[in-house]
Amino acid sequence: MSGLDIKNGVIEMAHGSGGRTSATLIEELFIRHLDNDLLRQGNDASAFDVPAGRIVISTDAHVVSPLFFPGGDIGSLSVHGTINDVATSGATPLYLSASFILEEGYPLVDLDRIVASMAKASRDAGVPVVTGDTKVVERGKGDGVFISTTGIGILPEGIHISAERAEPGDAIIISGFIGDHGIAILSSREGLEFETTMLSDSAALHTLVAAMVEIAPDIHCLRDPTRGGLATTLNELARQSSVGIRINEVEIPVRRQVKAACELLGLDPLYIANEGKMVCICPEAAADKLLAVMHQHTLGQDAAKIGIVTEDDAHLVIMQTAFGGQRVVDWLAGEQLPRIC
Amino acid sequence: MKYIDEFRDRETAQTFAELIHAETRSDRTYRLMEFCGGHTHAIFRFGIVDLMPDNLQFVHGPGCPVCVLPAGRIEATIKLAEEHDVILCTYADLMRVPTGKRDSLHKAKARGADIRMIYSPTDALAIAKNNPESQVVFFAIGFETTTPPTAAVLNIAQAIELKNFSVYCNHVLTPPAMAHILSSGEAKIDGILGPSHVSTIIGSDAYKSCCKQYNMPLVIAGFEPLDVIQSTLMLVRQINEGRAEVENQYTRLVTSSGNKKAQALMNEVFELRPQFEWRGLGQLPESALRINNSYSDFDAEKRFEMQEITSSDIKGCICPAVLSGLSNPDACALFGTACTPEDPKGACMVSSEGACAAYYAYGRHR
Repeated sequence: MSGLDIKNGVIEMAHGSGGRTSATLIEELFIRHLDNDLLRQGNDASAFDVPAGRIVISTDAHVVSPLFFPGGDIGSLSVHGTINDVATSGATPLYLSASFILEEGYPLVDLDRIVASMAKASRDAGVPVVTGDTKVVERGKGDGVFISTTGIGILPEGIHISAERAEPGDAIIISGFIGDHGIAILSSREGLEFETTMLSDSAALHTLVAAMVEIAPDIHCLRDPTRGGLATTLNELARQSSVGIRINEVEIPVRRQVKAACELLGLDPLYIANEGKMVCICPEAAADKLLAVMHQHTLGQDAAKIGIVTEDDAHLVIMQTAFGGQRVVDWLAGEQLPRIC
Repeated sequence: MKYIDEFRDRETAQTFAELIHAETRSDRTYRLMEFCGGHTHAIFRFGIVDLMPDNLQFVHGPGCPVCVLPAGRIEATIKLAEEHDVILCTYADLMRVPTGKRDSLHKAKARGADIRMIYSPTDALAIAKNNPESQVVFFAIGFETTTPPTAAVLNIAQAIELKNFSVYCNHVLTPPAMAHILSSGEAKIDGILGPSHVSTIIGSDAYKSCCKQYNMPLVIAGFEPLDVIQSTLMLVRQINEGRAEVENQYTRLVTSSGNKKAQALMNEVFELRPQFEWRGLGQLPESALRINNSYSDFDAEKRFEMQEITSSDIKGCICPAVLSGLSNPDACALFGTACTPEDPKGACMVSSEGACAAYYAYGRHR
């Protein structure tokens, strides 16, 4: 076999042509890392049995700059992100698909790292990648690597978690510190490098969710506050459920480093992205037992009750400030931009 | 967080709030203009309004650098980026500011212009060094706070004889704007929460003649919520006692004479423009700076023969009245309907320091 020069090689147009070069890339890089029985069959589609229950499906396209960041990379992110989206329904994620758009000239050694990281994330989560696809675009027409993943899972009977189910009186819980991912990314972005010990919180939350659903099957809403941060997720939930939300600033877990970076850059932690957090809305009566279970899990040990659902025709999210006043917490408009002074 | 938490302490705030409630007289109102967008932002973000008595009102001033930049200057910048094929470097806040023709730097970037968001003028200098084949222009805006950094990069550019770097200077001065608002008297204000970061550069003495002339109490106030609330109490006391002094609450950074080194650098590089257009305030004499003759090689207005463009604001927008302290944002027919942060019609809705953005983002529940 001609072999892939992972150390010195780069992605060429031929790697996406479907010919022998494509096959070598798939065999020596993708399958080598992501190997499992279904993938190894090499079919265009994978077939498998599913347990009883409803099937859940979710898809997510991953573009991130830089591709490698403190605490993760696009490979692990593309696994965690989709697993979390499936988990927000309360389902158990079973399988993933992955499609890659690669830019001509991208170093194979970096792609190798990304796929290895993806494979590790998938193994750790127990959710294998069972089908995939690769395309190559000309140099300048991509940003190195884009990864799109789709996940399917099984939802047991009796679970009905949905964004329109929040009811006045419900409790609002966040599974841990907010803003870690966004600040880790910003700290390594070109033109804005600053020293921080912050790592992305990128993580697969399905085992945490499983523990939560087991103790409290009547959870009303789950959502992972990724782009747009906690503020945007709460606004989405308020609108979809036609309710208001009141949160208390002093209860929201924010790390000192994240607060400091936000102060410096004129940003608000409420709008900073997370990749390993879950917002949960549940009946008030279930809040304490849920928190107790979450605190037993490594990914929920800093979980906190941050507010309640209210009746409000305007569907506003209102925050009691640590300072003693009140303010609206609005949707993120456009992108969050650092202030001039 | 050290140096932050101390200035956001809830109990201290309550104490100040109680004093303000106790000392404000019920037979009069207190209209206080917070000069800077940073103050407006703090007042809304921390909910300071909720702690004030009903007869004390905050009136919003013109101290938002993005808001007071006339749309014509943004149109001129878009023209420069598209017609001269330069790399245009700008602060992020400016990207979405709409022109009268509903264009913006953001849209120009999407059309293909090379517009880059930077965090410091030194970033623009680095881009120029790294792209010797391209002309790099820094779109400089802001009050005296952001002026010395612009002066510093011009100083460096001249020292290293950087041929592909220039600055489109839009720096404006605080005292002339304050004098303009006080001279008209239309805003009917009783006291001013004075600029904080600007004053670190120009010093508290810079407002003395203006306050004396118009008999106006002024307290230089920091941007943290306790700064704002303490300064408010100081203003209430001045008003009650019939004093009209320049007081300095922000003593941890502001001195009476300011930062002499920064002032010297500004004087070396810039000179007064005879007049300059401010969004909302119109043409104000000797209210802005331009690059002087000894640095004219780095003046983008000269290098690219940029023409003044006069442009009207979008119809119905009352940003001019808001910036002059004559109206509050919610008096505007466009507010929250035609004009939102997603689709801003006026600059005050774009900048995070703009009064309309603060009302919309933080204050809609009132």
